[in-house]
Amino acid sequence: MALSGLAIYKMLPQTNCKECGFPTCLAFAMKLAARQVELSACPYVSEETKAQLDSAAAPPIRLIALGRDSHKLEVGNETVIFRHEKTFYHQPGLFYRLSTALGDQEFSGLLDQIASYQVERVGVALRVDGVAIQDASGSAETFAKRVAQAAEKELALILISADPAVMEAGLKAVEGRAPLVYAATAENWEKMAALAHQYGAPLAVRGKDGDLEGLAALVQEITSKAKAEDLVLDPGTRGWADTLAAFTKIRRAAIKKNFRSLGYPVIAFPGEGAGADSLEMETMLAAQAIDKYGSLIVLDRFDKAALYSLLTLRQNIYTDPQKPIQVTPGLYEISSPNADSPLLVTTNFSLTYFSVAGEVEGSGRPAWLLVTDSEGMSVLTAWAAGKFDAERIAKAVRASGVTERIKHQKIVIPGFVASISGELEEELAGWEILVGPREAIGIPSFLRQMAA
Amino acid sequence: MSAAVPDVKEIWNGRIVEVTLGAGPDQGGTRRTTVTVGGQNTLPFLHFEGQMPHKPVVAVEVRDQAPDDWSELLVQAWGDVLSDPAAWAARAEELGAEVIALSLDSAHPERGDTGAKEARSTVRRVLEATGIPLIVYGPGQPDKDNEVLVAAAEEAAGERIALGNCEEKNYRTIVAAALANDQLVIAKTPIDVNLAKQLNVLIGDMRLSRDHIIMDPTTGALGYGLEYTYSVMERVRLAALSGDAALQQPMIVTAGYEAWRAKETRTGEGVPAEWGDWRTRSLLWEANTAVTLLETGADIVVLRHPDVIPLVKQAIEGLMQDSPVA
Ligand code: B12
Ligand code: SF4
Repeated sequence: MALSGLAIYKMLPQTNCKECGFPTCLAFAMKLAARQVELSACPYVSEETKAQLDSAAAPPIRLIALGRDSHKLEVGNETVIFRHEKTFYHQPGLFYRLSTALGDQEFSGLLDQIASYQVERVGVALRVDGVAIQDASGSAETFAKRVAQAAEKELALILISADPAVMEAGLKAVEGRAPLVYAATAENWEKMAALAHQYGAPLAVRGKDGDLEGLAALVQEITSKAKAEDLVLDPGTRGWADTLAAFTKIRRAAIKKNFRSLGYPVIAFPGEGAGADSLEMETMLAAQAIDKYGSLIVLDRFDKAALYSLLTLRQNIYTDPQKPIQVTPGLYEISSPNADSPLLVTTNFSLTYFSVAGEVEGSGRPAWLLVTDSEGMSVLTAWAAGKFDAERIAKAVRASGVTERIKHQKIVIPGFVASISGELEEELAGWEILVGPREAIGIPSFLRQMAA
Repeated sequence: MSAAVPDVKEIWNGRIVEVTLGAGPDQGGTRRTTVTVGGQNTLPFLHFEGQMPHKPVVAVEVRDQAPDDWSELLVQAWGDVLSDPAAWAARAEELGAEVIALSLDSAHPERGDTGAKEARSTVRRVLEATGIPLIVYGPGQPDKDNEVLVAAAEEAAGERIALGNCEEKNYRTIVAAALANDQLVIAKTPIDVNLAKQLNVLIGDMRLSRDHIIMDPTTGALGYGLEYTYSVMERVRLAALSGDAALQQPMIVTAGYEAWRAKETRTGEGVPAEWGDWRTRSLLWEANTAVTLLETGADIVVLRHPDVIPLVKQAIEGLMQDSPVA
């Protein structure tokens, strides 16, 4: 929570000397609170005030980077409790855990699958963010080998071991790569924090069973004594309600109370959940972590279908609710259409456009796709809002220049707006209005029939 | 070792209205079990902050005629019962449904145009085949909705069923039928806090008491509008807890209906290999839509696939466990 102008004013010299360019200290304080000026514009603030104001200006949840350069993943830095209040900024990183107990083949097989997984949705490429290497045997050598193997991929890394000696071997194997060190506990924090500091890596801090007072105390020890600042929190909860409660409290303490000791991203292990004995339950717990405040999510069961559902959910929750993803209105050519190819019309909501364009493309039949300016709304939403009616469609047809490029006068409209075909006939004199299927999946067979 | 952590409990002065679906023999009905939802004075499952006296429940969708556009996965999973609503409902109950959500789909002018008589007989048969509460949906066409929902309300007099959907354009007749037969209504509005509020007020103006109204704020599936419906529901619930009485109704969501419209669930072939196994993907599409809506305040979740029922119930059970988190 940022400080109010009045609170800042109390910390200023209150001499109204005007050197900052403002008539009064209060005016300057107001600008500071609105983050429109820099504190350095006032030459007279004390060091103490500076430190206080700096910390108040810092984001309530610290921004943490895992990895560097092309493998960099940033999490944290959120500013709201609910996405509709503004937006969520950094989507949670999705990781898969690979144990050192896996044989050579199994390990590299899984690693390859995870690293190469990529799927496109609404024009955005979705991927797994990283892998977590779990020390299962206590062997530093094996751990280092697996970590080095994982580091060959374009992935962020989490190193999991309770043994500082094993952890160090892993860190050494990927120097400069800044993996997350998991985890400092009440028992081993001194050594783990020293390692994280030495290797410039972020550090996870693990509490017990949702005891947030214990966790905050541990964080305070670590930040005051060990110079580690880039932290990630694991409150130690693994079930549904306890995890929801702990994550919610951490988020609220950070954002509403500006409580620094819990102002860090949070990590979830849905595969360890009570009752998460199946892929389905693990995936559903992961869904909760995406919905409610998880920043890093470490999964145990790699499955494409489950992963795809989680990537879709993450894309949903981390889309700015105030800005629908849109495509530019205009005439799109799909599979090199010619003068005889059919003309279809849709809206410029990205999800709608990609659903339709994908099906037209998949049908193998060239077509013209006219995308109207519906202010980024879906077909029915736009229709209900008066942004996708006969008049607008007719206007878009004329403005697009499509009439010079096709020989026919036929246009396919979405099945959901069948009711506008009469009006559209009037607007587009001489045209034949064809009502397409309701859902885009019906388009390929519709186009086949049209051609027949 | 322990540090003082600021208290982050919110103090809400609103509470969701308790609504009971179904009536047993003592109350003039024939249900073996009834269901009460609502009553919470905190955001979903935050047991540290307030009470959530009733768990959210799972309703299962049943249609009065075999659907002709359902995914093959659903058709295979339900099998023969799809052509017999009574058998279908009984099967759903066996599989863990806590409420039956019966759609009188055949009343649609383009899908059979059946009328009051058929509606009565279907409602009667489903009531006889099951012991759990019933929701009855019309075909979604205002004239036919009025016709068959009035018939259903009369036929099920005393059973405390819910009639849906009550929308701005058709609410009067349906609310009147609910009033005359002591039934509940489902008030549905398109993803908008103010529209939801307005319809609840209009229904209240007709003197239907608040414990007879469930609201459907409209749902979108995972990947198909969920991001909007999620936030609208969150805002509805926050307003309710902050004291806005016109929004304090329990919420019902049609997660199954929405999820099974998605391409991801409908199509098993010709999709990217990265989408994975069709069945796994489809079940999780429905389940993750449901989980997300539960996190944002759903009190009744209407599902479609039999194998999703236990998954969602297990999640609800986990969410209802009061936790020791300090
Ligand atoms: C998310 C959503 C919103 C979001 C907006 C999202 C957006 N960017 O468009 C918000 C919350 C802002 C919204 C607002 C409103 N909404 Co709205 N919304 C939805 C919701 C939940 C999902 C829409 C969606 O994203 N669908 C997915 C896309 C991909 O679908 P689509 O565009 O239709 O495309 C599919 C097909 O049409 C087809 N297709 C598309 N193009 C073409 C072209 C051809 C040629 C063919 C053959 C096929 C085809 O392919 C696609 C995939 O199958 C639906 C209900 C629902 N569950 O579907 C209601 C819904 C569309 N909304 C509705 C309404 C009424 C409104 C409002 C008017 C309500 C209000 N508050 O006043 C406002 C209008 C906006 C305004 N005034 O600013 C109603 C429309 C009712 C009707 N039948 O006319 C719906 C159906 C809800 C309902 N049941 O009442 N909405
Ligand atoms: S420079 Fe500093 S002391 Fe002078 S008016 Fe501005 S804020 Fe006040």
